[in-house]
Amino acid sequence: MSLETAPKLNWWNRIANPGQFVIWTKPLLWPLVILTTALFAAGLYYAFFNSPEDYQMGDTVRIMYVHVPNAWLSQFVYGVMTISALGTLVWRHPMADVSMKAAAPLGALFTALALFTGSLWGRPTWGTFWEWDGRMTSTLVLLFIYLGLIALWRAFDDQLRAARVIAVFTLVGAINIPIIKFSVDWWSTLHQPASVFRPDGPRMPGSILIPLFVMFFAFTFLFLTLHLKAMHTEVKRRRVMGLQRRMAQGGAA
Amino acid sequence: MIGLGPHGVFIIWAYLGVAIGVAGLIGWTLYDARTTAKKLAALEARRNA
Amino acid sequence: MTAFRALLFRELRLALRGGGDMLTLVLFFVIVGAVVPFAVGPDRELLARIAPGIVWIAAFLAMLLGLDRLFRPDHEDGSLILLRQAELPLSMVIVAKLIVHWLVSAVPLIIASPLLAVLLSMEGDALWRTIVSLLLGTPALAAFGAVGAAVTVSIRRGGLIAPILIAPLSIPVLIFGTGSITATQSSAAMLFLAALSLMALALSPFAAALAISSAED
Repeated sequence: MSLETAPKLNWWNRIANPGQFVIWTKPLLWPLVILTTALFAAGLYYAFFNSPEDYQMGDTVRIMYVHVPNAWLSQFVYGVMTISALGTLVWRHPMADVSMKAAAPLGALFTALALFTGSLWGRPTWGTFWEWDGRMTSTLVLLFIYLGLIALWRAFDDQLRAARVIAVFTLVGAINIPIIKFSVDWWSTLHQPASVFRPDGPRMPGSILIPLFVMFFAFTFLFLTLHLKAMHTEVKRRRVMGLQRRMAQGGAA
Repeated sequence: MIGLGPHGVFIIWAYLGVAIGVAGLIGWTLYDARTTAKKLAALEARRNA
Repeated sequence: MTAFRALLFRELRLALRGGGDMLTLVLFFVIVGAVVPFAVGPDRELLARIAPGIVWIAAFLAMLLGLDRLFRPDHEDGSLILLRQAELPLSMVIVAKLIVHWLVSAVPLIIASPLLAVLLSMEGDALWRTIVSLLLGTPALAAFGAVGAAVTVSIRRGGLIAPILIAPLSIPVLIFGTGSITATQSSAAMLFLAALSLMALALSPFAAALAISSAED
């Protein structure tokens, strides 16, 4: 095929080739690492040295700066997985299943950390490590869903076939998560209502919001960096499996 | 460093736990990347040989 | 429609021929419920209070136990491939299987539930509410179960992984199921339970069909 008749590739099709994807996104990795590190340095500085204690919760408010970003990520990562699942099922985009697989363990860890920091926050403020209230319970259920998905990935031998099946289950989970959240809230209404984003503007003072937002972006970029790296690894792992299969066939022939 | 009040232990443990978790995740990601890259390089060398 | 009816009768005949399965499930349901008093002590008041939960846990476990026979035998003897090539859409095939699955694994539990309720010191209204809540909630359990069974059907060692996947999704059913037995908000919970069942029944055949057809591409 000559150069003129070759179809023009837009970026979408170009990253559909796993090799091209790795080549294209590799230069992004170091800037992401530097940005994440800088955000963490700033966030930790604000969290410990440049923010006041809360008039009600005292210094324990500082736990919020690691708790809220992790809780946000626990849902954001599922959102990423849901979009990737749509990409797998609707467009059959080859990078979508890689993204889905790479995101699951990250989401599980962030969810576990959200629960861990939440229970450490709960001990001084509520007087107990674990309270069966709406948010902690639905986060726990979310962790179970993540772990179930990881178990499902491990159970399949053929990763390409696994991707489509797991995409179906990811979407079923995505439809169910709001229902689970609603039912768990109905079951127990004890927690304080959502207080950062409210129609009448944030209720928290700015001195607490700054470290919260810096840490929020720090954790989000941490996820993006690790996700990209894990996707590169997954692409390589698939190439390893493909080569091994071809060699085994060659050896048998 | 500032004093962390009566519940300092919880704050330190929360940050420490998150640090351990995140460090573990970074370490695992890098380890996985390195071993997979090594395996791929070995396989490609064998194929080209 | 005739194909749908033929499939329905085929499934029903297959399920009833292995009649031992049904009896086993009912026995499992009653025995799980009856073991609890030995674990927590024969305090009638305590038992009456936790009885809704026990009935629902027992029903949930019994439904999980019967899941594997939904698609696995058909997958193993190859008839699932034939059903995929039939003119009837795969989602309708799954609807037929789902109806029969509910008839042979949930209805016997519902019939046996008064026995368990009496053993657990439930009386009068609570007994009726137990039956109604099981009637309303078990379709949702069966529908979620169908999705889990469809996702795991192509995994050789999929028997254990399906319950792990389905259990988190079934939590709303358990919440509203036990909620509709306890007296205070029972009518609201029953409505939620019915809504949940209708939604799960409407969506799960498509999800299960998609999972089965993409597993065998």
